[in-house]
Parts: sequence; C-alpha cells; structure tokens
Amino acid sequence: MNNIIVYCEHHDGKVADISLELLTKGRSLASQLRCGLNALVIGANLKGVEHELFAFGAETVFIADESRLSPYLTLPHAAITTAVFKEEQPQVALFGATSVGRDLAPRVSSALKSGLTADCTSLEIGENNLLYQIRPAFGGNIIATIINPDHRPQMATVREGVMKKERLDVPVAGKVKILDTAKYLNDAHFAVSIIERHIEEQKIDIKGASIVVAGGYGVGSKERFNLLFDLAKALGAEVGATRAAVDAGFVDHARQIGQTGVTVRPKLYIACGISGQIQHTAGMDQSAMIISINTDPHAPINRIADYVIDGDLGDVIPKMTLAYKHHSK
Amino acid sequence: MHQKLKIVVLAKQVPDTRNVGKNAMKEDGTVNRAALPAIFNPEDMNALEQALRIKEQHPDATVELLTMGPERAAEIIREGLFRGADGGVLLTDKKFAGADTLATSYPLAQAIKQMKPNIVIAGRQAIDGDTAQVGPQVAEKLNWPQVTYAEEIVGLAGDKITIKRRLEHGVELVCAPLPLVITVHGSAAPCRPRHAKRLLANKRAHITQWGVAQVGGDESQYGLSGSPTRVKKIENIVFQAKEAKRINASEAEINELMRELITNHTLG
Repeated sequence: MNNIIVYCEHHDGKVADISLELLTKGRSLASQLRCGLNALVIGANLKGVEHELFAFGAETVFIADESRLSPYLTLPHAAITTAVFKEEQPQVALFGATSVGRDLAPRVSSALKSGLTADCTSLEIGENNLLYQIRPAFGGNIIATIINPDHRPQMATVREGVMKKERLDVPVAGKVKILDTAKYLNDAHFAVSIIERHIEEQKIDIKGASIVVAGGYGVGSKERFNLLFDLAKALGAEVGATRAAVDAGFVDHARQIGQTGVTVRPKLYIACGISGQIQHTAGMDQSAMIISINTDPHAPINRIADYVIDGDLGDVIPKMTLAYKHHSK
Repeated sequence: MHQKLKIVVLAKQVPDTRNVGKNAMKEDGTVNRAALPAIFNPEDMNALEQALRIKEQHPDATVELLTMGPERAAEIIREGLFRGADGGVLLTDKKFAGADTLATSYPLAQAIKQMKPNIVIAGRQAIDGDTAQVGPQVAEKLNWPQVTYAEEIVGLAGDKITIKRRLEHGVELVCAPLPLVITVHGSAAPCRPRHAKRLLANKRAHITQWGVAQVGGDESQYGLSGSPTRVKKIENIVFQAKEAKRINASEAEINELMRELITNHTLG
C-alpha cells in the first residue's frame, strides 16, 4: 500500500528504456518516501520479465500476460491499470511520456479522478512528502512545478531520455504477482482492433522542435553529421541543416532551414560549422538563444549568436553530449 | 448508417506560444504573454479538417464545435463556421475557471452527452500546455473507446471507422466502432481555408453559450475545486542578453555552459 508504481512498457521482447529510467528515478523517490517500488507490466510473452525489473529496483512486479494484450490497446491496458491502482493504492504512479503512456495515463487519471502531470522533465520530493512534478509549459517559456495535494495516486508522465538509467549491482530479491486478466477484461475492451502496424521512418519535425542542432557544409561529411544526431538525441532536439549541407548530400532535404527551407524559432539553436549566410539566418534568427560552434572566430553567424564556442565540432560536440548527460538528472 | 452522423469537434483558443521570438520578450528576458495573439489551437484545426472531410463523404452529417473559455473564445466557433462547420457551443462560466485537464474534461463530457454526437474529434494537444490529456479524459468520462494520434480517417462505413495513427516509431491502422473519441496529430492534413460566403454569412453569427446551469452534473467537479492538480511554482525562463559570450573548447568551459543551460531550463 502507498508505494510507488511504474507502468512498464514492453516491446519486442524487452522492457522499454523509458521504463527502466522511471524505475531508476523511482528508487530514489521511494527511498526518500521510505516506501516500496513496484512495477506493472501488461503484454504478451512476458515470461521472465521480472528479472530485468528486479535489476532496476522493482520489489513487486505485477504481470498481466495474455496474447490479446500486445500490441498495446487503450481499453484493456486502462482497465487493468485502473484496477491495480484501486487495489494497491499507490501514492505515486509513473508512466513514460510515449505514444503509449500519453494515451493510457490520462484515461486512468480520468477513471480514478486523480491528477496527472504530462511530460515531466524532473521529479522531486518536496514539502509534506508531495511529489513535485516539474515540466516546461507555455511552449517551453515557463517551467511549472505541479503538485497533487489531496488525490492519489500522484500521476506523472516523464519524457524519454531525461532521467538516468542505472542497473543495480545486486538485483532486488523481489516478488511476482501474476494478475488474473479474466477478472479485469471483457469483450467490450477489445472494441478497437489493429488492422496493421509497421515501423516507418519518423517524419522530421524541425518546425515543432524546441531545440535544433543544425549543421552546415563545415560539418564535412554525412558521417560527421552523426555527431549532431547524437547530441540531438541526448537533448531531445531535432537536427537541421543549411542548404549547402543538404546539397552536399549530408542530410535529407526535409531538414533544410532557411529561405528555401523551413523557418524555425526554437528555444535553442545550436549552429555547428555554419558560416551564417543570410539565406540561412533568415530561417533561424528569431531563435530565442543561439550557440555557434565554429573554427572561424569571425564567422558571420557569431554576430547573432548568444554563445560562441571557438573550436572544431568534432571535438566540441562530443564534449557537450557528455556534459549534458552528466548534468541532467 | 442507422443514425444520422453527428460530429463534435473539441477546439481551444490558445496564446500563440510557437511564435515567441525575441520581439515577444520583455526587458527582463521573460515572455510578454500579452503580446501573443490568441489563436485556434493548431491541432484542433487538423481535427476540424478531418470532421469536414467526413461531412463531405456523408452529406447528411453535421459538424459542431465545442469549446470552453471566456466569452471571446466564441471566435473559435465562428472560425469553424467560416470553414464549414454547422454550429457550436461555448461553455463559459466563472465556475469553470481555473480548471486543470481533468476539470476541463468533465464539463466537456457533460456537454457532449447533451449534444449527442457519435464521433468526437479533438486535436491531440493544445500548444499552451502540450498535455494531450483532455481527449482521453473525455473518452473515459463518456465511457467510449478512443483512438489517439490520428493522421487520417481512412474510411467510415456503417458504424465502423478506419483510422491511420501516427506513433513515435511508426504507423498503425486501426478499426473502431462508433461512438468514438478521436484525437488528431499535427501531421494530419491542414485545415481548409475560410470560405468567403460563409465568412460573410457568419461574421456576426450568434454563438450558443452554456453555463453551469445548462451543463449540469456535479458542480464540485468543475473549475479549480474539481482540479486535483495545483501549480506550486512558475519560473519564467530568462533569455540571455545579445552580447555573444566566447567560450573555448576546453572540457571545463563546455561543462560549465551545459550546466548553466540546464539550470536556466534552456535544456531539459
């Protein structure tokens, strides 16, 4: 009772990274609250899944294992999750801010009439042992701390990659509770059916990104653009490019920013090896903050930058990626 | 079709947070919210387009908008009329104010029960909060199934609807029964423009307004009192001055920069 519970996603035979990140965070929250940490997994072919979850700190693993429960469907997952929360009365319930978590968590919060905070970037225990749910809002222009003073569970979804994932040296000697799915499910829960499903290259959305890592011809090659993709992945950013970089075949045309590409106004624009031709800056000079990384200290882009890093991007970008991973919680 | 198709589109008037450039900044580096125009939430526009496409295929279908907000939010419903909707309802009452997503979904669901649609279509999320919660929360309160992140309504035959969903790592084609709540992803088709004749005809159209009395239900679930979440603290993001700061490529300086960007919430 009154523990922390993490809804764990399980895809293609393995537990999703976000769920392991949430368990890692859940451990520190649980130790501050002096409560237990539990996991709920709903899916198919879950035999043995508990071992991975014990290795990340789960003490009791609730498992609903039935072929109809994978791939994810809203209603059966919501019915089981809601019922388990009613029975277990957790004080905190965490979900990934993924396609699944953002579909499921609001449904469950509505059924339980309990508060839910979306897309948290940080979770802390505050006054009166309340969960402080910290998230950007208003297009990333404010940071709000949200609490649920009177309703339980305190529910939150958390963005992937913002919290660390740390395996325990010694796994927890935990328990497994197999859920009797027949008790929770009826035919009406399977009203929506999946006809087909396939992995498709994600559409590139530079316009909607709050952080853009962009590269110019100065990046030098398609391979070196991978450095930008690595940094972007760590920061939750999108990768953009100048026309010259696109014409050189370093990246896809859909990433082109500037007069002949898209116009962006992100919160942060990291310009890597971009000289700063007006054709490019016209598409990004309204960015709220600009960092320029360039070997040429007199590159025109530096005139509109807030920060200028004098150096080679092959050296600077990996250092940024590492420093970010080190400092972010 | 046994029953006439009726679609309710959930729409919200929001401040245009996407266009916070340097010119919308106050001297202290925080956002000047008053300088942001109020707009039709972008993904709700995508939702409206999907509804209007159904109406094209099924001419006896009707499309109505439902919104909640202050009186000026009636503009949202007029905007829908200009583009092809048949009508709409504005929920406005002091008692609705201060609502979080849960306390927003309750009066919306109450109103939907009175409007009696067989399809509810909403944008995935609104750009002022980006929570994506109201659609699923409404669906639960109606006890209807939901299909989120719709990119395209592929077909509607009888009481079965086929929808293509846009997920993080792929697409999914699903078949769902009516009644149904659908939330539409921003990658769906953009909304058609205003229609000149409809604009003229509806410029001063009277918009139905419902307060607590018309919406009914349990008043304790409205507004601030019906909201389980509370805002404990708001920090404005302070943007830096224009003068470029020079940083050398040493590990220590880059480390310090990243720490600073995290602390001032530019990152994460």
